[in-house]
Amino acid sequence: MLDRHSRQTDIAVPLAAVPPGAPKISFIGTHAVLVEAPGDLCLEQQNRIWTLAELVSAWPNVAEAVPGVTNLMLVLKAPLEDVDAFVATLQETWRRLPRRERKGKLIEIPVIYGGELGFDLPAVARRAGLSEREVIRIHAERAYTVFAIASSPGFGYLSGLDPRIFMPRKTVPSLNMRAGSVTIGGMQTGVAVLTSPNGWNAIGWAEQPMFDPGSETPSLMSPGDEVRFRIDRIEL
Amino acid sequence: MIEILTSHAFNTIQDRGRFGARRLGVSTSGVMDPLALAAGNLMLGNAEDAAAIEVQTFPFRLRFTATTRFAVTGADCSARLADRALPPCWCGRAAAGDVLALGMPKRGSRAYVAVPGGIAVPPVLGSRSTHLRAGFGGHEGRAIAAGDRLAVGADDGIEAPRADFGVMPADVAIPAEPLEPTSLAIRVLRAGEYDFFPAEMQRLFWETPWRISLQSDRTGYRLAGAKLLLPRPVEMRSHGVVSGVVQVPPAGEPIIQMSDANTAGGYPKMAAVIEADLWRLGQAGPGTLIRFVDVSYRDAVAAMEPVAAYVARIARTAALYRTL
Repeated sequence: MLDRHSRQTDIAVPLAAVPPGAPKISFIGTHAVLVEAPGDLCLEQQNRIWTLAELVSAWPNVAEAVPGVTNLMLVLKAPLEDVDAFVATLQETWRRLPRRERKGKLIEIPVIYGGELGFDLPAVARRAGLSEREVIRIHAERAYTVFAIASSPGFGYLSGLDPRIFMPRKTVPSLNMRAGSVTIGGMQTGVAVLTSPNGWNAIGWAEQPMFDPGSETPSLMSPGDEVRFRIDRIEL
Repeated sequence: MIEILTSHAFNTIQDRGRFGARRLGVSTSGVMDPLALAAGNLMLGNAEDAAAIEVQTFPFRLRFTATTRFAVTGADCSARLADRALPPCWCGRAAAGDVLALGMPKRGSRAYVAVPGGIAVPPVLGSRSTHLRAGFGGHEGRAIAAGDRLAVGADDGIEAPRADFGVMPADVAIPAEPLEPTSLAIRVLRAGEYDFFPAEMQRLFWETPWRISLQSDRTGYRLAGAKLLLPRPVEMRSHGVVSGVVQVPPAGEPIIQMSDANTAGGYPKMAAVIEADLWRLGQAGPGTLIRFVDVSYRDAVAAMEPVAAYVARIARTAALYRTL
């Protein structure tokens, strides 16, 4: 039998040596290219990702530019003729990215904290060594930035969580967490869009719908928007 | 009109997929076997984005309320029209009241019923595919059920003198590479985190006959056969993924994301199934053994040539019958 796994591919994925400051570029099949920004998870790198998304969206062979958390996936219309040249162009575009500030809209979301639907609030408080009220105050006093819309329709990955209330994702997801659950997953927060199994920690619930497939603008949140949670009610 | 007489769980209306909505967090959905959909639509002279019924639980029965042309493609499921057997990958004309019945597949696992102009459900975000998890698209955003009535698009070919003909099924026309021990060859491109895995784990990835587990559906296939472990956990930030990506969760058993996969993922990615083999994987049911075959980007692109030739051949055959 052929010794297949030792065969060399004609593209280097991931690129063997990524120079410092350069994004990692890899392929997911022939039609998707993943660009991962170097360095920490921060708004500055995310701004560069959004700028890159805007620029490459205008490239003739790009069907979709999908921002993730400090990364961007390009979906191509057709396979590449010259992979190396495309990767080089992407690297060059990243190096020469213009500085752009993203001005999003402000979204205010009223939240019922704690209670039946915020069932992980006690665990978050325990881990943080804080009272439940303190966790709520800390969560509601910050402004968050929508880094990416992904995973489920209109689900915004919100960045800017106070490190005191970071809470790792569960190893076993909660079954059927309700849509509208206000959750913490690692160093991010977000509002569950669908009722489904969910590994994030529920600390409250918001009534405001996040997604309407029939609308001209289906998703309430867009990348770059600022989100504030307002304490509507506390149930302890 | 089509009236659904028997339909068990998870049979849905699907088209090629909902493209361009990933940045809204909306998965593409779409048929698991795009070649079978293309074959059905081509035989009927439909636009390539017409929607069909994807049947993945059997038996399945429907009744045509008026004279209707139709095609049954994909899995070979002993289709019968008005109790007369139909060959696989076949199109024909049903009379008003005729019942089309699909039985347990003998080959493949998903069958497609296409009609002229496609199943007439309203498009949502540019597609008629059912997004089951979010509850929109297709027929009322849900799986179809006995008693449902589905509208059929307009048919300008209803008077065609020769409505009955068939084409070669894709798995016969484009057979997979034979492998020993018996397992289905699925060609993949290496993905972003392949090199993070130690050589021994890479070897296991290529040499293990992976069994598609029972916990496999349109969202993803869970594979059993070995555990691919990393020396230390790799923390990935949430990023876009496409169907066919082979991810390795911390427990080590790979998952291949399929049509209903989330738009984002965060597990290390070992590889991605090439476009030319995704339809074949879409027809592989639980219990099937698969082996991954390492190909280059160029090979992956070249592998689409026989697929394109197969589709072109069906288009020619259909055009020929229309001129008879």
